[in-house]
Amino acid sequence: MASILKVKNLVTKFHTVDGVVNAVNDVSFLLEDGETLAIVGESGSGKSVSMMSIMGLLPMPPAKVEGGQALFNSKDGPVDLIQLPYEAMSDIRGGQIGFVFQDPGTSLNPILTIGKQISETLIRHLGISGREAKDKTVSLLAEVGIPDPTLRFDAFPFQLSGGMRQRVMIAIAVACAPRIVIADEPTTALDVTIQAQIVNLFKELRVKMGVSTIWITHDLGLVAGLADRVLVMYAGQILESAQVDELYENPKHPYTIGLLGALPRLDTQESKRLVSIDGTPPDSTILIHHCPFAWRCAHAFERCWNEKPALTTVGEKHTVACFYAMEEGR
Amino acid sequence: MLKYSFRKVGQSLLLAMGVLILAFAMVRMTGDPASLMMSRNASAEEREAFREVMGFNRPVLVQFGDWITHVFMGDFGDSLHFREPALPLVLQRLPATIRLAATGLAFAILIGIPLGLIAGFRANSLVDFFGRLIALLGQSIPNFWLGLILILIFAQRLGWFPVFGADKPESVVLPAFVLSLPVMGELLRLTRSAALEVRNEDFVRTAFSKGLHRYAIYIQHVLPNVAISLVSVIGVEFGYMLGGSIYIETVFAWPGMGQLVGQALGWRDFPLVQTIVVFTSLVVLGLNLLTDLIYALIDPRIRHGK
Ligand SMILES: Nc1ncnc2c1ncn2[C@@H]1O[C@H](COP(=O)(O)OP(=O)(O)OP(=O)(O)O)[C@@H](O)[C@H]1O
Ligand SMILES: [Mg+2]
Repeated sequence: MASILKVKNLVTKFHTVDGVVNAVNDVSFLLEDGETLAIVGESGSGKSVSMMSIMGLLPMPPAKVEGGQALFNSKDGPVDLIQLPYEAMSDIRGGQIGFVFQDPGTSLNPILTIGKQISETLIRHLGISGREAKDKTVSLLAEVGIPDPTLRFDAFPFQLSGGMRQRVMIAIAVACAPRIVIADEPTTALDVTIQAQIVNLFKELRVKMGVSTIWITHDLGLVAGLADRVLVMYAGQILESAQVDELYENPKHPYTIGLLGALPRLDTQESKRLVSIDGTPPDSTILIHHCPFAWRCAHAFERCWNEKPALTTVGEKHTVACFYAMEEGR
Repeated sequence: MLKYSFRKVGQSLLLAMGVLILAFAMVRMTGDPASLMMSRNASAEEREAFREVMGFNRPVLVQFGDWITHVFMGDFGDSLHFREPALPLVLQRLPATIRLAATGLAFAILIGIPLGLIAGFRANSLVDFFGRLIALLGQSIPNFWLGLILILIFAQRLGWFPVFGADKPESVVLPAFVLSLPVMGELLRLTRSAALEVRNEDFVRTAFSKGLHRYAIYIQHVLPNVAISLVSVIGVEFGYMLGGSIYIETVFAWPGMGQLVGQALGWRDFPLVQTIVVFTSLVVLGLNLLTDLIYALIDPRIRHGK
């Protein structure tokens, strides 16, 4: 499979009055054509910031992408998104890469109709007239499962429920048939039943449009039926990456094992007991030169405190950054 | 929208009633309107005769009913000084005052809002620095002093503008500028902070994620949301400018309402003062109503009663 996005050694920092926040520390990964990649990790692990860095959506200052590449296989050939000037980048944003944000309540402009907010993307990227854009918007609204699309065209965000608003966000993201859709916790702000509907809509659209997807989430439970591959992020780094089934059956990193253990299991008596991993992530203003999980790891030994483990292949498409797992595997 | 408009109109009518009651009470606050309006040397007989003529010796409620009925017919009583109906005297001053206030407002909006926007988008830049300087000066320099200085430099020395009066089209520039400065400062500050706030809203990030051009984002997404917080302030400030500024109109000898207020107070011409107060209050109320309606036009959440 060809890769559509190749991120290499991404480093992003925030220069704040309280010091330098090391949000993304040397992140590299691949997104393959047509694949759905899930990025999981606790709050603050750098999931959003790494995606925003690639898309040039961070407020700069305080943010600064200090290194790395994001090679995107665009319609006009490969480009490095990190180096792209604003104009060229804005051709790609919304046109070739769509974005869905976490909170549909605040992510839509409160005083513009949803029809206008969808059609302006179409007009911008497809260069079509307002009338054509309106027709296309109405069919997009129908496609993302919004009833009475012609009527809803003139609705304002506050007149829609959270689930409907998120459908509008999805319509915006897929409007111009992008190559990649990045969804940053698109269901976190929604009710459980609505969550399932949104996940299903995503699956449907993915099949229909053949779009590659990056899905950011806290929730490993959600990932099982949705993603092909998973990246586990912690303290701005990737600790493990594997195909979904492999990760569930054969997790290597103690952190991944902890995350899986923290899942409420519906099939056992213990469903009510929610285990979580002891401890908290390290202070992101300190640059760490050893394993960032060592503080919380039951298996940490001397080497873990002296060196930073690199991602190492331990199986087919399975890599892990952990000295304990590597020793065990040998 | 209709329900909202009706409610706002109703509120304005109630307030207008309140204004009338206050204006009526104002003259009688000291107990004896005759001593308020007459010179200190007036004899007791003269005072008695004055009360008789003005009807001050009748019960207060009767006086009020009488006054209100006349007000509704556009009769605000006669000016003591000019000995003619007060309302036409006030209306005569209106065009000059409107000209001054509208020009001042235009200055404030055309300079304050763009500078505020730039300052907000480029916080801590040079424009931001100058903007904040203008805001600070605008709100702290006494306007009569600034007026005199401007006359000295631009009218006397450079001769670009007339020293006083309202005879030439360019006469309005200096007084309007002085009148606009505090409002300009206020608008600049408000626009800046609103732009800073709106800029960080999630929906602006969404707009960027759609690949829209920077200026399309500023104009279509940021500005209307900033405008929501500006509309009400602009309304209030315009009302205040229409009330006229006694100092500015005196310094520039501008034949507007502010000058008339100053004179009327000096003459103890209370019917005239009362007329001006009622008239400008009603104008301000009307403006308030207008801003409420504009507000609803910009913000659909208000329009739909959310
Ligand atoms: N504007 C900002 N200024 C300073 N630090 C920031 C800013 N935005 C994010 N960070 C920091 O960057 C780090 C990574 O944050 P990020 O939002 O990527 O986490 P996340 O994995 O997406 O978490 P969540 O699951 O809560 O969304 C955190 O330490 C966070 O505090
Ligand atoms: Mg996040």
